[in-house]
Amino acid sequence: MIIIFFANNLISYGVLSALIIIVILMSGISVAYFLKGIKPLIWLIIFTVLLQILFSSGGHVLWHFGPFSITNESLVNGGFIFMRFLLIIMISTVLTLTTTPLAIADGVQTVLKPLKKLHFPVDTLALMLSIALRFVPTLMDEMETIMNAQRARGVDFGSGSLKHRVRAAVPLLVPLFTGAINHAENLSTAMEARGFSDSEHRTKYRLYHWQTKDTISWIIFVLVGVAVILIRK
Amino acid sequence: MADLTNNIIQVNNISYNYPEQPLLFDQLSLNVHEGEWLAIIGQNGSGKSTLARLIDGLIVLNQGQIVVDGLTVNDQNIYDVRNRIGMVFQNPEDQFVGATVEDDVAFGLENRLIERNEMHKIVEKSLKSVGMWAFRERIPANLSGGQKQRVAIAGIIALSPKIIILDEATSMLDPRGRKEILKLVQQIKSQNNLTVISITHDIDEAANADRVLILNHGKIIDEGTPQKIFSQPDQLQRIGLDSPYTAKLITALSKRGITVGKPYMNDEELIKWIQQLVSAK
Repeated sequence: MIIIFFANNLISYGVLSALIIIVILMSGISVAYFLKGIKPLIWLIIFTVLLQILFSSGGHVLWHFGPFSITNESLVNGGFIFMRFLLIIMISTVLTLTTTPLAIADGVQTVLKPLKKLHFPVDTLALMLSIALRFVPTLMDEMETIMNAQRARGVDFGSGSLKHRVRAAVPLLVPLFTGAINHAENLSTAMEARGFSDSEHRTKYRLYHWQTKDTISWIIFVLVGVAVILIRK
Repeated sequence: MADLTNNIIQVNNISYNYPEQPLLFDQLSLNVHEGEWLAIIGQNGSGKSTLARLIDGLIVLNQGQIVVDGLTVNDQNIYDVRNRIGMVFQNPEDQFVGATVEDDVAFGLENRLIERNEMHKIVEKSLKSVGMWAFRERIPANLSGGQKQRVAIAGIIALSPKIIILDEATSMLDPRGRKEILKLVQQIKSQNNLTVISITHDIDEAANADRVLILNHGKIIDEGTPQKIFSQPDQLQRIGLDSPYTAKLITALSKRGITVGKPYMNDEELIKWIQQLVSAK
């Protein structure tokens, strides 16, 4: 992702796009998923790109009206911003579609391991992360149930003025919070009963092996990264 | 079979109250025999769950002493005591710590610093014994309540405890799920000669125990075999409990002039008795 910000000319963007397209093809994910990933962000992309095109100065002026002007450079910059968004969204979509939340949590733990030397509670953070991820569907279900229960009692969600909507959220949020506190209390009791004392002194059930393909993909990424930085000059 | 001379749990004159609440237990004493299935019944707020938590050291006594398998429950022994006790709680959702089924079963082993290879073997064995091995990669959101309780039991079998405490472990399940879980615990109990304490509202669950203990407002008001306890339906009713189906049937029969010899029998006994009655006519 950082490499994407280094790229600043046509060739470097070309190299990165080629790499990401190859990654996508290798993952075997259908293009529809990527379009779905871009969809919620499309307005943000258009807004930023337009802003870039209309307000940046420098280069040969093609058209101008009042404070707005379009120059050949601003068009190119707008195009680059568009490419940046596209590449970032695509590479994050590849990550979330190919990796389970559990593996991501374990990955975060591995990446943060050096922070242990600074007495940062990496294991505790990883445990919190994995419990949080595990409870997401549970809490979503609960929210659905509470919403339906409150609807049955005549609460109207999602219509009326802003003040109304905020008011309607209270009978949803309060039970959701108290429910979450109950979950936490029961879960901590159950964890203690199973011999949990602290997250430092534990063995790990899962082990991730560094394989040759990991080395290969890193070599490719480093090569492309170096190439992009060289092309930049 | 139950060895009545060996008390695996001794509760000696304990007193306990929750903060800013009146005394729940006042000088309560009881023993649990090694290898028995003890059912503790009582209405809500009678102190059943609190008792289970005190035994596992999850909450701290005000007064008195609890001894589990020769170990006094206190700060020094707490992890040794918990090694000997496996607890299954009421809510299947709230005791699922792991991200997937196998991670959840491994959780207790991870806490006990079991080596990874060993851990994989134990997890496989435990999940197979509860019939959930095929579900090992599932996340809890994709499991039914009964399946989650099976996983909870697997997590406990993995730690091979001497005592299993079921704290209303079947109260959120449907009748079939409840039967399956109880059958499973019964099977594990007889295979490993475990002691089971089941805390329950389910009278039929209690009817299959070796011994039943009625707790009411923190006091033991009666204890004995299911036959003894359930032959006194009035006493059960007075403290807001129901009697088992067969006991009700016996009462209904006697109202219609058919006197059954004993005031309580289990399903099979009653069926046999009725068959004899019919064939005699």
